[in-house]
Amino acid sequence: MSKLTPGGAEALLRRYEGLSSRLPGARLPWLASLRAAAAAAFRAQGLPSRRAEAWRYTDLRPIAEVEFAEPLLSVTAALPLPAQRLPRRAIFVDGRFREGLSELGDDAVALGSLAADLPAAEGRLGRLARPEEHPLAALNTALFEDGLTVTVPAGIDAGGLELSHFVLAAERPLACHPRHLIRLEAGARLLLLESAQGDVATRYLHNPVFEIEIAEGASLVHVRLSQEGEAGFQLGTIYARIEAGGTYDNFTLNAGGRLVRNEIHAVLAGPEAACHMNGAQLLRDGQHADTTTVLDHAAPDCRSRQTYKTVLSGRSRGVFQGRIHVHQLAQRTDGYQMNQALLLSPEAEIDSKPQLEIYADDVKCSHGATVGALDADQLFYLRARGIPEPAARTMLIDAFLQDVVDTIAEGPARDAVATAIADWWRGQA
Amino acid sequence: MLKIEGLTAEVEGKLILRGIDLDLPPGEVHAIMGPNGAGKSTLAYLLAGREDYAVTGGTVRFAGQDLLALAPEARAAAGLFLAFQHPVELPGVGNALFLRTALNAIRRARGEDELDAMQFLKLVRERMRSLAMPEDMLKRSANVGFSGGEKKRNEVLQMALMRPKLAILDETDSGLDIDALRIVAEGVNALRGPDFSALVITHHQRLLDYLVPDRVHVLIGGRIVQSGGPELARKLEAEGYGFLQAAA
Repeated sequence: MSKLTPGGAEALLRRYEGLSSRLPGARLPWLASLRAAAAAAFRAQGLPSRRAEAWRYTDLRPIAEVEFAEPLLSVTAALPLPAQRLPRRAIFVDGRFREGLSELGDDAVALGSLAADLPAAEGRLGRLARPEEHPLAALNTALFEDGLTVTVPAGIDAGGLELSHFVLAAERPLACHPRHLIRLEAGARLLLLESAQGDVATRYLHNPVFEIEIAEGASLVHVRLSQEGEAGFQLGTIYARIEAGGTYDNFTLNAGGRLVRNEIHAVLAGPEAACHMNGAQLLRDGQHADTTTVLDHAAPDCRSRQTYKTVLSGRSRGVFQGRIHVHQLAQRTDGYQMNQALLLSPEAEIDSKPQLEIYADDVKCSHGATVGALDADQLFYLRARGIPEPAARTMLIDAFLQDVVDTIAEGPARDAVATAIADWWRGQA
Repeated sequence: MLKIEGLTAEVEGKLILRGIDLDLPPGEVHAIMGPNGAGKSTLAYLLAGREDYAVTGGTVRFAGQDLLALAPEARAAAGLFLAFQHPVELPGVGNALFLRTALNAIRRARGEDELDAMQFLKLVRERMRSLAMPEDMLKRSANVGFSGGEKKRNEVLQMALMRPKLAILDETDSGLDIDALRIVAEGVNALRGPDFSALVITHHQRLLDYLVPDRVHVLIGGRIVQSGGPELARKLEAEGYGFLQAAA
């Protein structure tokens, strides 16, 4: 694989070499060998360059140029904590769990810090992630210090859980690689509302990896608000495996950060499983946001739906890459993918790459893409009714996003997304 | 209220308005009639502020201001309302939100308090009843999936809410059956008074039976070729534009 080899990537590895004996779980042989293999995989792959097919539209040189340091252990700054929206909330600062700020509840749902009980993660950590194929998953595996583990027992509805990640102001650029393990046993349910925010002036890399296991008939709704700081980078990778009759609903809002990649690898592994991946990207100035989905229909009678909408102003750049792989045995697959972009400026750019690979013969699978500007007739109509031009533009852009936001069925999560969009507008004004 | 003098305008280099003079005093309703392509809709859009037209000469004064210097939203705030011939569909914009945003923008511009959701609903329901509009039209996206008649009623509803000084009705009668036509005309008649003027653009005499104009102007080839009382509209209905086209 082609790789970038400037100082930054080397520095990321040197950190591993310097830290490996002090990283959480260093004395667990299974974990030490997992980390060593991942570090070797990262060394072999490097940070991917644009010559790698999966990274053709997203240039990681701005990240490769930075010498990241590990976060400081003692953090004293006050957190700009927003009001809690759901009954449970797990708070992470610079990649580490903050128990004192969190509200986990006290019941059958097992919830807590990964670092606090690493032996329990044996056989589970690394089950879905593919560090040998994915340099950032490799980097995360080599360097993670903490993360959230959730196990919802069979048949339990765990209600709502917030996972809030903050990066605080720091003098040196910092990198954190949280590893989150989510497991829903048969018939379990969970709403996970994830948010990522960072100090506006700090350069940082937030490189989370999720391993999500959804057992038979279980249902996870995962709503992500990526509102990283202006100088922040987020490269997030989600691995999800959905067993028979299970459902994974992912909605991701990218509305911040200098460069953000939202990458999802989902496998529909049992019959009648379903996966919905939706999202919105709101970009301005020189921001870059990339949504990359890889969906494996590996069992018959599964259903998938994807709708992504991108609004681009300034010199921003958006990317959507969506691959659907329908395996030979995945008969009666029902798949649909739509990607729409609204360009508000002549300098903005959207790159869209749908990819359908179908090896079964009885399949309903389609995709579509549209790119356009605001409609001049609609804009004039609103202005002729006395609505000033900026407000008229806002109304039309909100309308463009409306149907994808409406795919979120859960009120509190939908409200959180609507609020984040409104915050984005305030930042725009 | 509205005074147009020597107005000329072109679209993509083609002269569409060739010198329009029109004086619409406060309290009066004037009709503009004319064949297709005469420039009627161009005049309506141009007065509302559509930027596709290049004004090459003349002036337009509205309520003491230079109308052509104002942005579309400022024209609306000053009291000008265009009922569109083809109301624009706004997918994803709920009609209630659209109506309330527009009304509050106008109220704000006039220095009036904005209406909250409850106050707005009370007002809009009342106005909808008088226009025989079903309430579910509030919940749908503005104009999306509305029939031709529903779209026109929605325009008249907006006018009734905003209470403009000058309403320009661009073929509001096209596509309406006789009952809808009467409702629309009543909606306009309800606003008639010393501070309300209307410019009614139409092909047909029919609307003018219900909405009786003070003056009728005939627009042909980008010029007003004749003006007269309501009887002129009846003459046009009976004889067509032929006798005037020969003169133009």
